[in-house]
Amino acid sequence: MEMWFSEFHTPDVKHSIRVNKHLYSKQSDYQRIDIFETPEFGRVLTLDGNVMLTERDEFIYDEMITHVPMAVHPGIKDILVIGAGDGGVVRELTRYDRVERIDLVEMDPMVLEACRTYLPSNACRMDDRRVHIYFENALKFIRRCEAAYDLIIVDSTDPFGPLEGLFTLEFYGSCYNALRPEGIMVNQQGSPFYAEDAHAMQRSHKRIANTFPISRVYQAHIPTYAAGYWLFGFASRKYHPVDDLDAESWKKLNLRTRYYTTRLHTGAFCLPAFLEEMLQEVER
Amino acid sequence: MKRNQMHPDQSRAPIYEALETFRRMRVVPFDVPGHKRGRGNPELTAFLGKQCVGLDVNSMKPLDNLCHPVSVIREAEELAADAFGAAYAFLMVGGTTSSVQTMVLTVCKRGDEIILPRNVHRSVINALVLCGAVPVYVNPEVDQRLGISLGMQREQVAKAIAEHPNAVAVLVNNPTYYGICSDLRAIVKMAHNAGMRCLVDEAHGTHFYFGGGLPVSAMAAGADMASVSMHKSGGSLTQSSLLLVGPDIHTGYVRQIINLTQTTSASYLLMSSLDISRRNLALRGREVFRQVADMADYAREEINAVGGYYAFGRELINGNSVFDFDTTKLSVHTLDIGLAGIEVYDILRDEYDIQIEFGDIGNILAYLSIGDRPQEVERLVSALAEIRRRYHTDGTGLLSQEYIDPEVVTSPQEAFYAEKISLPLEESKGRVCSEFVMCYPPGIPILAPGERITAEILEHIRYAKSKGCSMTGPEDAELKRINVLA
Repeated sequence: MEMWFSEFHTPDVKHSIRVNKHLYSKQSDYQRIDIFETPEFGRVLTLDGNVMLTERDEFIYDEMITHVPMAVHPGIKDILVIGAGDGGVVRELTRYDRVERIDLVEMDPMVLEACRTYLPSNACRMDDRRVHIYFENALKFIRRCEAAYDLIIVDSTDPFGPLEGLFTLEFYGSCYNALRPEGIMVNQQGSPFYAEDAHAMQRSHKRIANTFPISRVYQAHIPTYAAGYWLFGFASRKYHPVDDLDAESWKKLNLRTRYYTTRLHTGAFCLPAFLEEMLQEVER
Repeated sequence: MKRNQMHPDQSRAPIYEALETFRRMRVVPFDVPGHKRGRGNPELTAFLGKQCVGLDVNSMKPLDNLCHPVSVIREAEELAADAFGAAYAFLMVGGTTSSVQTMVLTVCKRGDEIILPRNVHRSVINALVLCGAVPVYVNPEVDQRLGISLGMQREQVAKAIAEHPNAVAVLVNNPTYYGICSDLRAIVKMAHNAGMRCLVDEAHGTHFYFGGGLPVSAMAAGADMASVSMHKSGGSLTQSSLLLVGPDIHTGYVRQIINLTQTTSASYLLMSSLDISRRNLALRGREVFRQVADMADYAREEINAVGGYYAFGRELINGNSVFDFDTTKLSVHTLDIGLAGIEVYDILRDEYDIQIEFGDIGNILAYLSIGDRPQEVERLVSALAEIRRRYHTDGTGLLSQEYIDPEVVTSPQEAFYAEKISLPLEESKGRVCSEFVMCYPPGIPILAPGERITAEILEHIRYAKSKGCSMTGPEDAELKRINVLA
């Protein structure tokens, strides 16, 4: 018997993963949630048929979206995480003793519930005493926050789904307002490769660049995402992601990572020519 | 059989069903339209979809004919009448404009007087140009803080009826764009007691027929005719509309009036959209509009929590000029954050990719309907919060909107067809205007044909233009010149 999960990366490109077992499938108020057991990628979480994470490569995403800002701003204590119901981001953040509070705002309680049951290696730190979970619309949550956080991590799905609101100027403006003057916002910024994705990436970069004085993009290789090539955004009023990297302090923490290193940190901000051009086009 | 006639089956959609049957028969078209199910226009077909162009067909026996409906269109109209509690309902394909014009042309002849509020849609005064009736304006009360015209006061209507006993009808704008309702039952009664018809421009009130806790609908209030924009809150395609009539209106005559100006090639896309939307409203309307009202209530609460903005609601109700309020409408007063409504409207579109219905001098209106979801409401609220944070001013130089009492010099028809000359706008003070000037939307005239141009009106136009309002109506699209009676 052959069983395959397929996802269209564009109408003309399809990515397929062989499936051993379909572990979970439920329709929540917001989206369809599925978890598969696969021979190559381990367990795979999909929302509305889009791969969110696999056990095999989630470390790349979760390390890159957390350690980059943590290695730049030594004073991060209060963190707001948006989305990330699987728990991978929280797991990485709880490794820092200096973190005092992590507010997690997730729209869909069923994602959290499914991941607690089927993806324990991601959800393992959701019960940390510093973690506070709010099931709420993130736009609504953040409207009420002012100068309350040192770091905001936007771990959203794609800009075409139910979380489209997290790619908007009103959202980035609210993040700016919710951050302390030295704060940093890091967001998953999509992929620059296929035309439709690239266009959405440009739009959100333009909005972030219009909101924050410092706005840089960095990259990572994530095999199960479209084109295997993913971007993150780093935005701040004060900190430059490379010039202000405090590599020595970070190394002293002795955190074992599998993807992130402080040398890679610097390199991740070196972008290919076509991408630099795309970003400059909207920064003007 | 008899019982079925009294309670038609609202789960049916006769036009839709006939089109489905027709599609399966694979009829070879040697009639218009010439694109022949899209084959002759592949680019259009690729753009709109095969299903859509395949249903763009002509009137024929199995599909009936809107000019003289006898089968499926007639059934659809009867179902619509039943759903809306009307004696009869006409499917309209020329927008609610054509419904409003039909109402006026049905009850008015040349020289007849008709009592109406000045803040009517241009389609009403257009109808007066067509038929030569003379408007008797009832000045609406204005809410001083919000700068919006309210509903018709009972005493004002009674006064107009007493002073113009020969008027043939009272026309009520209910609800207004902002959701303000007049005391419709009382006005209908006053009109009928004086032997006048009562017409209701109910373009913004389709949902009144399907709501618990919403203001009374025109048919329930006993009005003679009502125009409802199914394409606004009802979910049908743009340009489709319904004209509802009460038991004392001669439907054959109304059909004749409609056929004076209506196309003889009515679009089946529009008609089927009316049919399917009516079915949806009849079956699920109450639940749907309760959700819309809840969403609007939620948005009002959140917007008012932002500070500075005033999203108004039922607290405006005063028993007379605001007899009731349509809570599905989301209107927000913006002057207290130091921005004109039109400025907020432009910023929402240009910077936040949010298109709202309109912005005027002091307010914005976001249209909530059957298709809205909570996540979009959150975006709107957040964008408004951001606009306040980024752009608020102390409000210096902002004007509030004032109702300008018009001086009617001649009937709209006389003025429209009279000898006229074109003058630079600034030299037109004191002259009689022969054309319309309005901000669109909302499309309520600042000047109508036959009205005196005053310094106050010129100042209002200059200010509206400077704030970015789009001015429509005059022959000179830039409104540097204006036509006046020679």
